[in-house]
Amino acid sequence: MFPRARLSAAPVSPPTIRKTALNAVHRQMGAKMVDFNGWDMPVEYPASIGCGIVNEHMAVRTSVGIFDVSHMGDIRLAGPGALAAVQHISMNDASKLALNQAQYSALLYPQGTFVDDVIVHRLGEDEYLLVINAGTREKDFNWVRENTRQFDCKVEHLSDEFTQIAIQGPKAVNLLQKLTNADLSAVKFYWVTHGSLCGLKNVLMGRTGYTAEDGFEIYIPSNDETSAHVWYAILDAGKEYGVVPCGLGARNTLRLEGKLPLYGHEISDTINVWEAGLDRFCKMEKPEFIGKAELEKAREQGLKRTLIGLEMIDRGIARDGYKILDLGGNEIGYVTSGSPAPFLKKNIALAYVPPQQSEIGNIVQVEIRGQGVKAKVVPTPFYKRPKKS
Amino acid sequence: MSYPTDRKYTKEHEWITADGKIGITNHAQDSLGDIVFVELPKVGAEVTAGKTFGTVESVKAVSDLYAPASGKVTEINGALATAPEQVNKDAHGTWMVKIAITNPAELNGLLSAVDYEKFVSEEAGH
Repeated sequence: MFPRARLSAAPVSPPTIRKTALNAVHRQMGAKMVDFNGWDMPVEYPASIGCGIVNEHMAVRTSVGIFDVSHMGDIRLAGPGALAAVQHISMNDASKLALNQAQYSALLYPQGTFVDDVIVHRLGEDEYLLVINAGTREKDFNWVRENTRQFDCKVEHLSDEFTQIAIQGPKAVNLLQKLTNADLSAVKFYWVTHGSLCGLKNVLMGRTGYTAEDGFEIYIPSNDETSAHVWYAILDAGKEYGVVPCGLGARNTLRLEGKLPLYGHEISDTINVWEAGLDRFCKMEKPEFIGKAELEKAREQGLKRTLIGLEMIDRGIARDGYKILDLGGNEIGYVTSGSPAPFLKKNIALAYVPPQQSEIGNIVQVEIRGQGVKAKVVPTPFYKRPKKS
Repeated sequence: MSYPTDRKYTKEHEWITADGKIGITNHAQDSLGDIVFVELPKVGAEVTAGKTFGTVESVKAVSDLYAPASGKVTEINGALATAPEQVNKDAHGTWMVKIAITNPAELNGLLSAVDYEKFVSEEAGH
């Protein structure tokens, strides 16, 4: 069972904890800090500046919010064999990427389970940037390097070179346009561009994100001064839109409403692509990629469990790791991620259950502090952003 | 902030008045963030000093509530079922449960407003 938090002050960070270039800025702004996979990160900013998880979440859904996501990792593959290397380790089809186009994908183990999920960006004729999770930086880099040795390409670990800031929400493009000469209206979702930004030249800006909203992620040099300068410039330019800084708390509730997977929860080294429901990003028509053979076998054998969305019907909040029971009280699965959803004003969860229990409308129970609390299976994503007219 | 002197406090950040009203402190609600769910015992339930009697949930976490003193629950604040955020708005003015205190002498062992304030600033490393 997961330990419950006591109402007490945050523990002092251990000396080996890692910090982004914006760490001092977050602390200066009064953010509540948390150890996230070895990183000292803001979980939410203070109520006194109009923040807190709920306000931050709502700002992203209705206007714009910004996130320091520098803890994420960056791996560049460049050279004549770069595409072949990416095709070997990534399950999606990178040959479909035009210059400046990006796609969601995953790196798989031979068993068809997840090393990590990743956004693959094509930045040059033979140049690809993989943006990966914070907690899996070293593991991913070693995996990529070990599994691409046979290809003629250079593999570089660039994670420490970038401060990465996400600007997310319906007004994100308006905000960012004030700070750059690049024509952002010409950049479609999941495409990137380069341009000047806050006096910096050739800044990579991708129309990507982890919030189920429109938005951009920008990559600037990771020195403290530059990073702080840009962060405050964004907050200043965004004043007219009511921009707020957002922490990992809102990042989680936003991605959960959009059913975006989190490594270690919906995807992991013991979960395969079919179970996680990520079929559409897995191109089995590719001649070869790591994991393909086992995925073929698994597809023939059929699903033993599948990822579903739940909405609580009775009073209670389903949380990560809680057991799922059928109406008879038998354990049938578990919650991968669960939380109140600030925009939807419901308590929602993602969970693994057997396929027989996965029909929309099916009622199950979530075990909360020893009691079964009813929840129903609902379609996902729980939230989809409105189409721009 | 100065804490009201009409009550006693615990190191678990609860408060209790002489007439048995129990709630959580302003420091607690600030640490928790937006409170979205409060789970309280039923009227008639026995609570024991130092033991959990319910939970308070923020968006991110579940926290236990510890009874400052022993007694029987005589009333619960029903408004918290639909408006848990009231605790964030006014932690010291929002009681969660009322108990009939079994042994009023138990309150003597709890922290005064001054001692609690000191405890909070020491915990924060000031």
